[in-house]
Amino acid sequence: MSFLAKYIGQKVKRTEDPRLIQGLGHYVDDIKLADTLHVAILRSPYAHAKINSINVEGAKQAPGVMAVYTGNDVEGKVGYVPCAAALPELKVPKYPVLAQGKVIFVGQPVAAVVATDKYKARDAVDLIEVDYDPLDVVTDPERAAKPDCPVIHEEFGTNVAFVHSAGTGDLEAAFKQADKIVSQRLNHPRLAPIALETRGVLAQYFPGEQQMNLWSSTQIPHLMRTQVAIMLGIPENKLRVVAPEVGGGFGSKLNVYAEEALLGWISMQLHKPVKWIETRRENMAATIHGRAQVGTVDVAVKNDGTLLGLKYNVTADVGAYHQLLTPAIPTLTGLMLSGAYKIPAISMTCTGVFTNKMSTDAYRGAGRPEATYLIERIMDRIAQELKMDPVELRRKNFPQPSEFPFGTATGLFYDSGDYDKALNKALEIVDYKKLREEQKAARAQGRLMGIGVSTYVEICAIGPSAATPAGGWESATVRVEPTGKVTVLTGISPHGQGEETSFAQIVADMLGVDLNDVLVIHGDTSIVQYGIGTFGSRGIAIGGTAIAMATEKVVAKARKLAAHMIGADEEGITFENGKFVGSPTDKAVTLQEVALSAHVAHNIPTDFEPGLVATHFFEPKNFTFPFGTHICVVELDKDTGDVKILRYVAVDDCGKQINPLLVAGQVHGGIAQGLAQALYEEVVYDENGQLLTGELMDYAVPKAHQLPRYECDHTETPTDVNPLGVKGVGEAGTIGSTPAIANAVIDALGPFGVQHIDLPLRPEKLWRAMNN
Amino acid sequence: MNISLSINGIKHEADVEPRLLLVHFIRDLVGLTGTHIGCETSICGACTVFLDGKPVKSCTILAVQADGTEITTIEGLAKNGQFHPVQEGFWECHGLQCGFCTTGMIMAVCGLLQENPQPTEEQIRHGLEGNLCRCTGYQHIVDSVQYAANKLKTQSAKAD
Ligand code: FES
Ligand code: FES
Repeated sequence: MSFLAKYIGQKVKRTEDPRLIQGLGHYVDDIKLADTLHVAILRSPYAHAKINSINVEGAKQAPGVMAVYTGNDVEGKVGYVPCAAALPELKVPKYPVLAQGKVIFVGQPVAAVVATDKYKARDAVDLIEVDYDPLDVVTDPERAAKPDCPVIHEEFGTNVAFVHSAGTGDLEAAFKQADKIVSQRLNHPRLAPIALETRGVLAQYFPGEQQMNLWSSTQIPHLMRTQVAIMLGIPENKLRVVAPEVGGGFGSKLNVYAEEALLGWISMQLHKPVKWIETRRENMAATIHGRAQVGTVDVAVKNDGTLLGLKYNVTADVGAYHQLLTPAIPTLTGLMLSGAYKIPAISMTCTGVFTNKMSTDAYRGAGRPEATYLIERIMDRIAQELKMDPVELRRKNFPQPSEFPFGTATGLFYDSGDYDKALNKALEIVDYKKLREEQKAARAQGRLMGIGVSTYVEICAIGPSAATPAGGWESATVRVEPTGKVTVLTGISPHGQGEETSFAQIVADMLGVDLNDVLVIHGDTSIVQYGIGTFGSRGIAIGGTAIAMATEKVVAKARKLAAHMIGADEEGITFENGKFVGSPTDKAVTLQEVALSAHVAHNIPTDFEPGLVATHFFEPKNFTFPFGTHICVVELDKDTGDVKILRYVAVDDCGKQINPLLVAGQVHGGIAQGLAQALYEEVVYDENGQLLTGELMDYAVPKAHQLPRYECDHTETPTDVNPLGVKGVGEAGTIGSTPAIANAVIDALGPFGVQHIDLPLRPEKLWRAMNN
Repeated sequence: MNISLSINGIKHEADVEPRLLLVHFIRDLVGLTGTHIGCETSICGACTVFLDGKPVKSCTILAVQADGTEITTIEGLAKNGQFHPVQEGFWECHGLQCGFCTTGMIMAVCGLLQENPQPTEEQIRHGLEGNLCRCTGYQHIVDSVQYAANKLKTQSAKAD
């Protein structure tokens, strides 16, 4: 693949920013259609209850109210909320868009009020009377699997949704040969993704054309189109889904929710545009949560630190229902259990259970942070047991660069890696030797300093199709317009990552045009060919590659016409800087001239199709495996248990970087979320299934002064999985950072003989560890 | 109730319900949608606007309380097609990703720099504790503020 490097590899400022810094972007709630009605939703106050009756008469009489709908109205008319993940013997309960006869989590939609303005809609919600009979509540996932526990979905007779096993190798032999077995029980708290823009839907049905426009704050407009069309029973090609400006996703909008189909259906009933914008309270209760695994890891090791085998027995908290990918999340954990190490035998048994809580699903990292946290945490526990330096223990078990592609006992082939190199670079930046001396000195003075290392590897660029529920490819169309402006249609639907810029960089360099002459269009299913999405760092590695390949096709086509225009041999023509130059005639035509000629079509070769456009669908043959080393240095306050982050160093290897400025942004944001998971955040339900962290007042999203300055660097190991050599960087920060800081905090508590404390590492827990 | 207030130099008069939030007045009645809503509980700062020269959270002020005031929203910040130095800082330093927190964040930064034209990193981080960003991890926002502070300093040095 040939291109200039005018833009690729440069810190190019984003082309999306001018509209956003002026407040001129259009998020869902910024789209105003005449005659729009507003929807407010009554949600269950109970975690588990039978609905005896619902009285909507009062609400219907309220001023401005146009309609009120309950589960009875939509039964048989709107399909169930879909689950796209498949596992053997997976139990998939029917998930109605409005509760039918029963509610099973706090926040479940029970009724919808439609009114002329949003204040009136919310007022009328309070006038709906529901008679509930509360039922026994299941919140503890480990209890949920026990036979004496109340069952949430009676039709299954059990709360077990699935049992998933993964891994290969002779585990029994590994544990027999071991000098030591190190075990640790670990809890991965439930987290809330908290995109700053909540979800929102605007639906507009045209009864004459029998077509619908659906604007949704989503990460997956095309997948949503397919699913919502099925739920509403309308032809897929008559549904246009638009993801306008989307204010963050982090996995929470990689889903199809009840409200999207519900709003579409209401618009079909009332023949008016209808809008629903989620409140933050609704967002905390009824937008997916992430993580929520609890289990025990056992590792068989030799006294010299050689890892022999790993066993992970885990319960995954599904929540009340499956959302789109719920059961697939722990399978990613299973795949990544080998971490950055050679472990000959691995086995995971994961039991997914229903509880009376919101569903869990993909939150930034989606199953991978769970694997990395547990393997990196247990590595420190092993180092502690064997009295080895945690860095040396890691290094000892790394596969060497010559061993790639490296096959794991979980069935993966890591594409490429040089784990030592990233580790060494990070050690150098922090001056690890000196740090350990400083730590000794600090301890001698009674100060609690800790150093934590995590040498992570992750799985990105999710494809090929065989490994995904719905297509592991991505699509692109590249079109040179008659005036020479370039339009790119990408199947990727970004929501903050900046791909309007990074994709334009690729195309501008390949075509030798100005960056501002390239327009990247995304997120509108009526304009863009079918596509999948950014998740799993697919954006550049797969979406960008599809664009590069479509661009190559455009160049090949243009070359043919250029040869015809200058009367030269196609083979002898070079394309550089936007110009086709013939040899030996040395005549030249610009891409713009070729584009115009291709459209006017007065003088084209007989076998030449008019126009200058190409489409490419790219499916990679393997995943990519970015990696790196994160090192965190902390000091604990003995009196308060507060954690102060002294340094945070991240050396990441995401392959080739298209725009280092955006890579840094991704790494920073990821680290912030990973540190937040380690120190602050946790979704808390009480034993009655009431959500205690129901607002941003109670759920601790970190503020600027609670996070450190990140010292970032990188190594660059090429991959041949895609021709751009890109591995992806959307989740790396989140994956690498949680164990780095957790290890640092536990290391700081070394003088107290502490082996492990579960996340989040709140001051109160640390204070107790020091004072017990 | 009848209210009359100026937004970005333009006078608006309306008859509003006493319970109408200022942010809804700005977004839904006036149609300036650059001011965002991220929580409605005064935590996230996405709704920050200037009211009589001071940054306020428009989700926790009633429109009627703003009667007779002068409001500046993000849309009123650029002058004569020139970005405000704070806007420029966010663009130069990649201080935004999804952009949802950004408009409120920029208004809050304007308020911060008004109080303290040359803040340290520590002061910037504490000064922005009323504004949440889920995307950037804040470092590039801090850089953006420093960029703007330097730019404003150079500008005022030139003006002197
Ligand atoms: S919307 Fe006003 S502070 Fe969050
Ligand atoms: S840029 Fe997305 S929340 Fe700040």
